[in-house]
Amino acid sequence: MPAHALKNPVAVVGMSCTRFGELWDKDVDDLLVEATLGAVGSVPGLELGDVDAFWLGTMTSGVSGLTLTRPMNIADRPVTRVENMCATGSEAFRNACYAVSSGAYDTVMAVGGEKLKDFGFSGLEMPSVPGDGTPANLSAPAMYSMIVPSYARRYGISEEQVKEAMTHIAWRNHANGALNPRAQFRKSVPKQVIARAPAIAGRLSVFDSSGVADGAAAAVIVRAEDARKYTDRPLYVHALALSAGAATGRNDDRYDYSDLPEVVNSSRVAYEQAGITDPATQISLAEVHDCFTPTELVLMEELGFSARGRAWEDVLAGRYDLGGALPVNPDGGLKSFGHPVGASGLRMLFEMWLQFRGEAGERQVANPGFGLVQNQGGSPGALVSAVSIVSDRAP
Amino acid sequence: MSGITSYGVYVPAYRLDRGEIGASLGLPGLSGARAVAGHDEDSTTLAVEAARRALRRAPGFPAAELWFASTRPAYLERGNAAAIAMALGLPEELAAFDAGGAIRSGAGALRAGLRGDGAVVALADLRYGLPGSEDELLGGDAAAAFTMGDDPIAELLGGASRTMELLDRWRVPGAIRTRTWEERFGVEDYLEAVEAVTAAAAKEAGLEPDEIDHVVISGPHARAVREARRRFEPARLAAGLTADAGYAGAADFGVRLCAALDQAEPGQTILAVLAADGADAFVFRATPKLAAYRAAVPPEPRAVLPLRYAEYLTWRGLLDREPPRRPEAKAPAPPASWRNMRWKFSFTAAQCAACGTRNLPPRRVCLGCGAADRGEPVSLRDLLGTVATFTDDWLSESVQLPAKAVAVDFDGGGRFEFEMTDAPGREVAIGDRVEPVFRLAGVAANEIRNYIWKVRPHEEES
Repeated sequence: MPAHALKNPVAVVGMSCTRFGELWDKDVDDLLVEATLGAVGSVPGLELGDVDAFWLGTMTSGVSGLTLTRPMNIADRPVTRVENMCATGSEAFRNACYAVSSGAYDTVMAVGGEKLKDFGFSGLEMPSVPGDGTPANLSAPAMYSMIVPSYARRYGISEEQVKEAMTHIAWRNHANGALNPRAQFRKSVPKQVIARAPAIAGRLSVFDSSGVADGAAAAVIVRAEDARKYTDRPLYVHALALSAGAATGRNDDRYDYSDLPEVVNSSRVAYEQAGITDPATQISLAEVHDCFTPTELVLMEELGFSARGRAWEDVLAGRYDLGGALPVNPDGGLKSFGHPVGASGLRMLFEMWLQFRGEAGERQVANPGFGLVQNQGGSPGALVSAVSIVSDRAP
Repeated sequence: MSGITSYGVYVPAYRLDRGEIGASLGLPGLSGARAVAGHDEDSTTLAVEAARRALRRAPGFPAAELWFASTRPAYLERGNAAAIAMALGLPEELAAFDAGGAIRSGAGALRAGLRGDGAVVALADLRYGLPGSEDELLGGDAAAAFTMGDDPIAELLGGASRTMELLDRWRVPGAIRTRTWEERFGVEDYLEAVEAVTAAAAKEAGLEPDEIDHVVISGPHARAVREARRRFEPARLAAGLTADAGYAGAADFGVRLCAALDQAEPGQTILAVLAADGADAFVFRATPKLAAYRAAVPPEPRAVLPLRYAEYLTWRGLLDREPPRRPEAKAPAPPASWRNMRWKFSFTAAQCAACGTRNLPPRRVCLGCGAADRGEPVSLRDLLGTVATFTDDWLSESVQLPAKAVAVDFDGGGRFEFEMTDAPGREVAIGDRVEPVFRLAGVAANEIRNYIWKVRPHEEES
């Protein structure tokens, strides 16, 4: 897949992220206003009227760019709503970056937000097209839980060993979230409690699943050459990649449910753009799409952080813990930060913003080189995966 | 010479212990178990399953018409025979009719089929009523199917009918409860009718009633049927009384006739009588073909599954339970179902002529090689598959939790994900063998019944 590094690199010069959680007192307008004004306010001297164009990411909380212009009272600006399932936030960011890089605009914003807790039940109601009723209707945890027997069989380990690694991931992301004032769940949970929780799908319990949350996040993007006019610590974009699979895995007998080829493809493209040859040592920290714990487990291999069949051992050895060689989801991840769909990709980027500016507090990773954001939508066999690579060094 | 050329019986896997009903309702002295259709079965899917068995034993059967009878039809106004025909993969030139509503339509469908040319006759019923009713306690859900035509295994020798306007039982459309008059009413009239049709049918067959080897008597009036059977020696009734899992309504007559066909020796005669709203009698003679026909297909081994009374009540809509807090199941759109009928109902996939990949569902651009419009129809109804991966879904829309979701790779290629049915509590593993079955995914809020193919565990022949 030909995808080149931006000829005119871009940088993030301002960001904000709301608190995520069950925000009964806020509607989607409140969330988008808070994130948008917060990002603008994080850039000294910038006014909302200085922003030339906006990309809004939301999956279920509104249609059209008017979902943003109406509450913000923005008139006469190009505002585009984008949607790519749970990778929506990264799509808003990616398209906004391209617009600045193209030279069409000087200053743009990517805004992502979702109001999930007004639906009246846990989980996501996916927008659906009328059909013939034949596809099996599996819940999201059920689709991702199918990774577990496939991975165990593929590498000759027991499902209990896979579960042990899953439990470690849930435990660690809860512990990281406990250090994060914006996270939905700010509580460490003992491994024994996680391991004993009743199943909701296969070997997954609620502790293996992302939090259903409301929230929003936003970024201000300018050309890299202009970045220092706005801040002395910009976050430079080194790679932007997206892979949309053919979505045939669930109908293709060659497909193994522990494979996420869209992640392999999108990360390969991103590494090439950033000049990364050994991600396991060159990436200092990663925010990845831990919608369910088995997802994060296989992502470690798909992203090249662990050797094939070895991620479960690396996870258990603490390699991806906050003090480990390659901290993953230092902000608590989807697991404990929560997953307001359209916001999540930008929330991951927000952790990079804090980390590279040295503002991550107790979660601070020392001297990061490259940071990786991986955000996906769909399910094993039918996935979109977005990968971005950022740094405080200009490309 | 024409008559029955093949037959099949389907009794659903679930068994409800009558003693458990008794313990729940305070009714002493109940014993045995009744057959219960699963939460994803209705009279249409039961009929499909019985007819698949009959058609599997009659390869190349030239079906020209289909008759379906049930007292619990899934739909009114639109026929259920059309869905049954499509699920069986029968040709479009078929005539397909519902003979609906009455128990006696079971005999009517059989009579119509015997007079036709290449008929499939499918009788299916679910027996339930208010908790503690005779329909619940003595009923059983089942289906029977026949193919009719020339060169039969059981030749029709004669038949006769009597009709009486006698209100011994009634149910209005949509009701759960069947009401009856007191059981003594009508006994003598039914006995007279059975005797009359027996004599007339035997005469047409050129036989004396006493010469007939096997006698099947079926009907909803339990006391009248009991009395009528008393007029025949137990040995002649034995074949029709085997494997009793409860009175099966419009299908009962067919289920018992099949049981007699399982036992009859070539040359022997069978009298089959349905006593409802009068009586209908048929006399058959087993032909020399019957022995070879029976030997060709061993009986299908089927495990039975125990069912709790509360679950039975829930499945039949007799126990209104708190639903899970989840969005309502989406109804299939009729235009989409119509466009995809060969996939949705006949389970026909598209095999790519360029690369051989089976596309489930059929699609224009092959998922294996990208060739456009090279798919050729291939039926998967009778293929086995293997579990590629699986899970238990506690958040499923299914009635039975956890729903067993499995990804299945079919022999010869092709994958689809299914809900595994008839497998409560089963430990599924990668590599398990499964077979396709026609079932309901659910019934939507607008009452559209979402018929689909599922898989169930395949019991290997031992």
